[in-house]
Amino acid sequence: MNPIKNASRREFLKLAGVGSGALVLGTVMPGWAPAWAESKTAESLSEMNLFVSIGSDDQVHIICHRSEMGQGIRTGLPQVVADELMADWNKVNVIQGLANEAYGSQNTDGSRSVRRFYQTMREMGAMARTMLEQAAAQQWKVSQDEVQARDHQVWHTASDRHLSYGELAEKAATLSAPEKDALVYKSKADFSYIGKDVAIVDLEDMLSGNTEFGIDIQMPDMLYASIERAPVLGANIDSVDDTQAKKVSGVVDVITMPQFSLPAAFKPLAGVAVLASNTWAATQGRKKLKISWTDSEHASHDSAKYLDTLKQRVQNRGKVIRSIGDAYTGMMNAVQTHSASYSLPYLIHAPMEPPAATAVFKDGLMEIWACTQTPQSTQSTVAQILELEKDQVKVNVTLLGGGFGRKSKPDFSVEAALLAKQTGKPVKVTWSREDEIQHGYYHAISAQYYEAGMDDTGRVTSWLQRTAFPSISWTFDGKTDAPSDGELSLGFGDLPFALDNLSCETQTAEGHIRIGWVRSVSNIQHGFAIGSFVDELADKLGREPRQMWLELLGSDRHVDPEPEGFKYGNYGDPKEKFPIDTARLKKVLNLVADKANVEQQTAANEAWGISVHRSFVSYTAVATKVRVKEGKLKVLEMHCAIDAGTIVNPDRVRSQMEGSMIFGLSLAMLGEISVEEGAVKQSNFHDYPILRMHQSPPISVYIVESDAPPGGVGEPGVPPVAASLANAIFRASGKRIRDLPVNKHLEV
Amino acid sequence: MIEFTLNGKVQKVEADADMPLLWVLRDVLHMTGTKYGCGMAMCGACTVHLDGDAIRSCTTPVSAAAGKSVSTIEGLSEDTSHPVQQAWREHNVPQCGYCQSGQIMSAVALLDSNPEPDDAAIDEFMQGNLCRCGTYPRIKAAIKTAAGKMGGKA
Ligand code: FES
Ligand code: FES
Repeated sequence: MNPIKNASRREFLKLAGVGSGALVLGTVMPGWAPAWAESKTAESLSEMNLFVSIGSDDQVHIICHRSEMGQGIRTGLPQVVADELMADWNKVNVIQGLANEAYGSQNTDGSRSVRRFYQTMREMGAMARTMLEQAAAQQWKVSQDEVQARDHQVWHTASDRHLSYGELAEKAATLSAPEKDALVYKSKADFSYIGKDVAIVDLEDMLSGNTEFGIDIQMPDMLYASIERAPVLGANIDSVDDTQAKKVSGVVDVITMPQFSLPAAFKPLAGVAVLASNTWAATQGRKKLKISWTDSEHASHDSAKYLDTLKQRVQNRGKVIRSIGDAYTGMMNAVQTHSASYSLPYLIHAPMEPPAATAVFKDGLMEIWACTQTPQSTQSTVAQILELEKDQVKVNVTLLGGGFGRKSKPDFSVEAALLAKQTGKPVKVTWSREDEIQHGYYHAISAQYYEAGMDDTGRVTSWLQRTAFPSISWTFDGKTDAPSDGELSLGFGDLPFALDNLSCETQTAEGHIRIGWVRSVSNIQHGFAIGSFVDELADKLGREPRQMWLELLGSDRHVDPEPEGFKYGNYGDPKEKFPIDTARLKKVLNLVADKANVEQQTAANEAWGISVHRSFVSYTAVATKVRVKEGKLKVLEMHCAIDAGTIVNPDRVRSQMEGSMIFGLSLAMLGEISVEEGAVKQSNFHDYPILRMHQSPPISVYIVESDAPPGGVGEPGVPPVAASLANAIFRASGKRIRDLPVNKHLEV
Repeated sequence: MIEFTLNGKVQKVEADADMPLLWVLRDVLHMTGTKYGCGMAMCGACTVHLDGDAIRSCTTPVSAAAGKSVSTIEGLSEDTSHPVQQAWREHNVPQCGYCQSGQIMSAVALLDSNPEPDDAAIDEFMQGNLCRCGTYPRIKAAIKTAAGKMGGKA
């Protein structure tokens, strides 16, 4: 990828959304223009590169090409650019980038915004700074080594002259961009913003309600759509009676959505849209629809029965995906063995803002505003389904009221685009909470089996693990009937233990509802099972849990599953740059265990549980303290240590860890989507609860100081949570919970 | 025609009497600071004040506001200077920000009725406001800071 490019001024403005529809939006509510659209352009705006532009008014405009969903990326990436640029943060304006391949990937998932773009952002800043220095040197007719950029100005110390960035921008922009190799970077000691707690750029707007999320888009003449979708995947519309719906005051139109065949992919579900002059009228009209649906092969899907099937399958030998020695012989030779099975139900994202998208089709251009994690696949999917060229689809990214993977799927934007094309009007499609819970892309239901064999010293010599869950790939190809290598790379095939014998196996699992990514993906079930099983072994062998982990992790080394037959994905990053490092796992484990003092005596009915996990090339350990009394669980305290390599904004890393603890507790304590007759049973927060304040413990976060390249932050906090909780419950009560959620076993 | 006071000004709206106040604010008056999260009084995203009390606007028909006074996040202060907003800023509370209008409006109502809430009182009052991003620890801390600013001892 070579994102370094001198975009033309017009292109920059176009990319930036300056002077485009984004500004028009702000005019609907005078004084309520969204901050991200409000780039007051100076008389002249000079672009240094694809990401940086400087106005004659001294304002530096930095494009954030990734989606903001609470992780703070609209602050983090510009922080890196501004640091290398030596810009004054108070004169920095962040502009949200439109869908554009020139930026590189904009798919904001997989915890990789900083991981993948840290270096690029430094280049962008350093490049612009170098060009400004060159421009000053030329103007003063001095050599370039005599001038230095500092505090939003370029200085010639010898003659005590200085010029502001705004004064230099126009000239600088005419210079050719310096070679990448010639760029000089700041040293860590000189960082002004990287590694500092910079407040998020959207903070003031969030405090005043002056934000623009996908659901907030307003346009003159806009129609509000609410869509009744097929309750069962693959069901189509048999007949629709919309007579009563059309009588509801405010309802303007009822439109049957086009029906697409399976596989589901990113295609919208079959449905009937009610369009009205406001959201309420649309939902009232929708209630009056009479729709009969065709049958579907998935109408017999029952998640409880299916989970039993998966649990049985993992008792049997499966397809080996990684092996060391011979685990079966190892088990036979073992002095003692221990085995356990674990299961998790389907889960759904439940971001506080449900999916929402607005589209306008005008003069052959489809313009979309959406809370999307992935503007580029929104663009390509809309183009493909509506038979448009990609450059006929313009995608504006709003703020996202949480994403967690749901908004990586562009189906809701496609719905808005289809309706906008058909009506010729701006259409906003708002998903209700019920829609979000019942028609999502679910975290896979799963079952796992673990067995360990020990020698007469209590050393674990043999390890067997099997996993079965419907694959995300099935959503896209309709065929895959076992976990994919990509999913097995998430905390299963990368087991970092020192073992003489190992067998990692999969069992088959076919899909019946749309399966998708949910924050940390298959690490959720694998982190839970492995983290629980280690604790079970510790109990069986009479070790402290920390000791058990350290024994299994073995010596400090880099683990490479490839020679053992597993095609390990390593989160898309090279293993040389981001090896599986047992020393880093042990470090976070020891840090959290020491800080929480987990081995100290606790009060009756109270106990600590720990777990540690590597995901998204970062390392996280969690200690959770609980009280279990009279069948009631109270989470008292959590400690979390993360080693994510180089950190850009420690405060946002802490907030992501706090959020991950709570997200992890939510799914472990309360999360369950069940399916009967092919349809999701839950519908809103009364039956799909998420953690509330009174259930949420105090949380302490420790960040490991590291110069390693940046790892992921948004997801790695989640995987160890469920195991640390279940382990704490066991130690407080003797009750081992192997089937989540906890609220099936204890009052929470 | 329904008339009420909105953030201190007289407001008249043409809307169905049963339309929830939430949708009147958002779709009729184009004030989108108040958010939708569940539509059934389960999440608190839509919290506004009706005659000073925190209510869930998603289940409150606009007719219930007739002749009364409604305050929303947009009216809390001119310049985000309300002590609760200040405390939120000090603790960098928001993540995605979506639930925060509702959280702030609930927190203001809590402190109006109880200037020195302890942890249990905060839990009790705030448990109706969901935050999927998990900002609860910071919300709790910020409420205590705000209480201090507003003259309570907490
Ligand atoms: S939208 Fe009103 S409480 Fe959830
Ligand atoms: S800050 Fe995202 S839901 Fe609360």
